[in-house]
Amino acid sequence: MGASDLLRVTFAVARKDLQVEWRTKTAFVSALVFAVLVLAVLYFARDKTSVGDFDMAPGALWVTFTFAGMLGLNRAFLLERENRALDGLRLTAASPSAIFLGKILGNLVFLGVVELVSLPLFILFYDVPIWRQLPLLIGVVALATIGFVSVGTLLSAMVVRTRFSEVMLPVLLLPFLVPPIVSAVQLTWRILALRPLSELTGWLSLLAAFDIIFFTISLLLFEAILVE
Amino acid sequence: MTRRDRALVTARRGSVLTVIALLGLVGVYVRALAFTPVERTQGLAQKIFYVHAPVAWAALLAFGICGLLSLLYLVLRDRKLDLLAAASAEVGVAFGLVMLITGPLWGKPVWGTWWTWDARLTSTLFTFLLFVGYLVLRGALTDFEVRARFSAVLGVMALVLVPFIHVTVYWFRTLHPDPVVLKPEAPSLPNVMLVTLLTSMAVCTLLYVGFLMQRYGLEVLRDVHEEEAAGGIS
Repeated sequence: MGASDLLRVTFAVARKDLQVEWRTKTAFVSALVFAVLVLAVLYFARDKTSVGDFDMAPGALWVTFTFAGMLGLNRAFLLERENRALDGLRLTAASPSAIFLGKILGNLVFLGVVELVSLPLFILFYDVPIWRQLPLLIGVVALATIGFVSVGTLLSAMVVRTRFSEVMLPVLLLPFLVPPIVSAVQLTWRILALRPLSELTGWLSLLAAFDIIFFTISLLLFEAILVE
Repeated sequence: MTRRDRALVTARRGSVLTVIALLGLVGVYVRALAFTPVERTQGLAQKIFYVHAPVAWAALLAFGICGLLSLLYLVLRDRKLDLLAAASAEVGVAFGLVMLITGPLWGKPVWGTWWTWDARLTSTLFTFLLFVGYLVLRGALTDFEVRARFSAVLGVMALVLVPFIHVTVYWFRTLHPDPVVLKPEAPSLPNVMLVTLLTSMAVCTLLYVGFLMQRYGLEVLRDVHEEEAAGGIS
């Protein structure tokens, strides 16, 4: 299978997933409402006289994205479990890599839209005037989301085969989120505090290294999960 | 000799090793309490170090071996490797639990706090939870082949993740004492204490091997039993 075929199948799988989602919008709306709720509830989860909005904001943002992301991730392979759709997908002779890349792409779009909608709400709720720093923050969100989704897609493909997939995914996934989420929180507060770029490079390279390594090994290992 | 007999022999040898290691552990206690001087600043509380550090070593050894066996399983697809990896993870979780209990017992009198978000504490806690997750995943899958493949994938991912977690939390580091044995310069522990520590580490390694052999034997027996129940030939 050539590179163009791989891309074609990847887009086809992602399009299929997003189309299914677009027709009902159930998962999207739930994830979004959930994100807004978490942002709002976390706002009150402190003593406002000692912890300011600003100190609270980076953690709140990433807890929200983590939780909302986990809601979305399970969906990609739960879809395939119904009516044994995964067997059908396997029968199309699409390569496992293309299926995996398609799933990752679908999840990235799904989560990316949830993040893009909740980010302005976050800025309003926590009153962090960072419109000028926004491109940098979006870059960090994108990097962390890629790492998160790579590992999350792989693990969700495994846990849908178990009986308690909704509980199992967070248990397996959260340890893997320690490097990307901690880096993202560290980067976010530095960006919000308008620190110089030189203070960001360490965490940024950790985040990038995590993305590259885990994206690659997830891609390599996915075949072991899909093949019967 | 059938598979069942071989498994029984392995388990029996494992229990002999375990008994030897447990006697060795008694020896370590006696040596640590009666024949090793009391540390000047930490007092008697430091004695727990002779259990805590070796147990932590055994736990990390067990997790490392589980990860390597997982990688080998994905390449060679040998059932034995999967069963051995599972046994190693389980023994590692047991050692990890002892590590997480003895650590705070030492930390409270010496640091004045049960727990601190120091780099080494945090990364071992996450590693421990990761392998608890590994066992939970195994428990939730019934088909042998699927279970072996999935848990091997998780084992390999865990092997890659642990250094990442360590680097991440290292940038928050706080109180944990620096290494006293495995470090670039010569060990900074007085010889008497060093001998006690190294003896204890050897004993814990032996205990790990003993436990591992017993657990592995048991895993094989369970596998044989499942195969028989499914109507297969053992």
